[in-house]
Amino acid sequence: MSLLRYRPDFYETLKKVTLPFDADVLSSLRAGDLVSLSGNLFTGRDQTHRLFEALLDKGEPLPIDLAGQLLYYVGPSPARPGQVIGAAGPTTSYRMDKYTPRLLELGLAGTMGKGSRSPQVREAMVKHGAVYLAAFGGAGALLSKCIKESEVIAFEDAGPEALFRFKVAEFPAVVINDTLGNDFYEMIRQGKK
Amino acid sequence: MEAGTQLEPDILEALLVARDSEESLLARHVLELFITNADIASREKIPVCQDAGVAVLFVEIGQDLRVEGSLEDAIQDGIKRGYQDGYLRKSVCDPITRVNTGTNTPAVIHYDIIAGDKLKLSMLPKGCGSENMSGLTMLPPSAGIQGMIDFVVEQAVKAGPNPCPPIIVGVGMGGTFEKAACLAKKSLLRPLGESSPRQDIADLERQILTEINRRGVGVQGLGGNHTALAVHIESFPSHIASLPVAVNIQCHAHRHKEMVL
Repeated sequence: MSLLRYRPDFYETLKKVTLPFDADVLSSLRAGDLVSLSGNLFTGRDQTHRLFEALLDKGEPLPIDLAGQLLYYVGPSPARPGQVIGAAGPTTSYRMDKYTPRLLELGLAGTMGKGSRSPQVREAMVKHGAVYLAAFGGAGALLSKCIKESEVIAFEDAGPEALFRFKVAEFPAVVINDTLGNDFYEMIRQGKK
Repeated sequence: MEAGTQLEPDILEALLVARDSEESLLARHVLELFITNADIASREKIPVCQDAGVAVLFVEIGQDLRVEGSLEDAIQDGIKRGYQDGYLRKSVCDPITRVNTGTNTPAVIHYDIIAGDKLKLSMLPKGCGSENMSGLTMLPPSAGIQGMIDFVVEQAVKAGPNPCPPIIVGVGMGGTFEKAACLAKKSLLRPLGESSPRQDIADLERQILTEINRRGVGVQGLGGNHTALAVHIESFPSHIASLPVAVNIQCHAHRHKEMVL
């Protein structure tokens, strides 16, 4: 089912982006762009990041190759029988700030959550040519309709904090930080938008 | 369980009013998505938000009531079953090991003894994106009302997009350190759109709401004139040396449920 049927006036204004990111598309995104995401992404939140760090500290590989990928900060609620996934809106991103620069170094192309990132993360995004997107917080039921497939890839014991792969279609988001270092929240605060 | 998938009429009404008076086109679109979200959640029994929170309960026990067995165990068991059967996310873990308890218990329960023979349960599944943006300060009385206004406004504005605005701002003023925090939480149970019965406090609520919304954080931090939907203040007499002010922030996916037995 397409979400277009709910709000065509909104959905038609979104820039279509395919995941994992194409390098040219990634660098063409600008802070303030509204995007509609389709393709595969991976998920992770607090515990997932702690587990990533533990592996990296031991010199072991991560369960997935992050190059070109979008990492979505979400801890979904369980699916009812017949559903792909339960509610799956974004969680607040600053809690992942501590871990993010290291993952960007490994080629991670984008992260998605809600709220501002630290100066260190913003700097690392410019250095590695990555973006940060905000999904709509508190719209978990609606966003679950944009998730077409869901599977646990690793860390199953962590429950909602496991590493999932989602196949999404027409998943709406806003570009907050682009590869040039612009920050949409800051632009709004300064009245530039 | 119903509190997870069903927004109460007061919050739905507040979202509709906000959408119709929102100045930013983007914010209006996003408010529209939230209204659609509530509709999908209710029809398809999907949680409004994946964060079904820590279960916070206020229990008022009539002093003439006699309860057989353990009320505490009955409530905790009810929470456990509600989160399991309702396909709600279990979000409670040990603070040291961070290992999930797997049941969303223990719930945080506040008990009050009241007159009569009724038992009233009020439940607030409290998401922690907003909870984390809460704060408390012990102001000197010389800071006065202006000091209190400044603290509340700053707390709401510096939270920015993190607590999922438009937010509801619960304020506890006076009492002691813990009393102020409890009052702030309890004020969130008041139906939206209802002012404090005390005229001077009702005026303060309006003044703070206007000031927060003037600062332009907006829906999801994306700008516009709706950072907050309501400000609720509960007060309690304090020590002559003290002016505690607690701010408990709640997101727009404000779920609550009351029941009298």
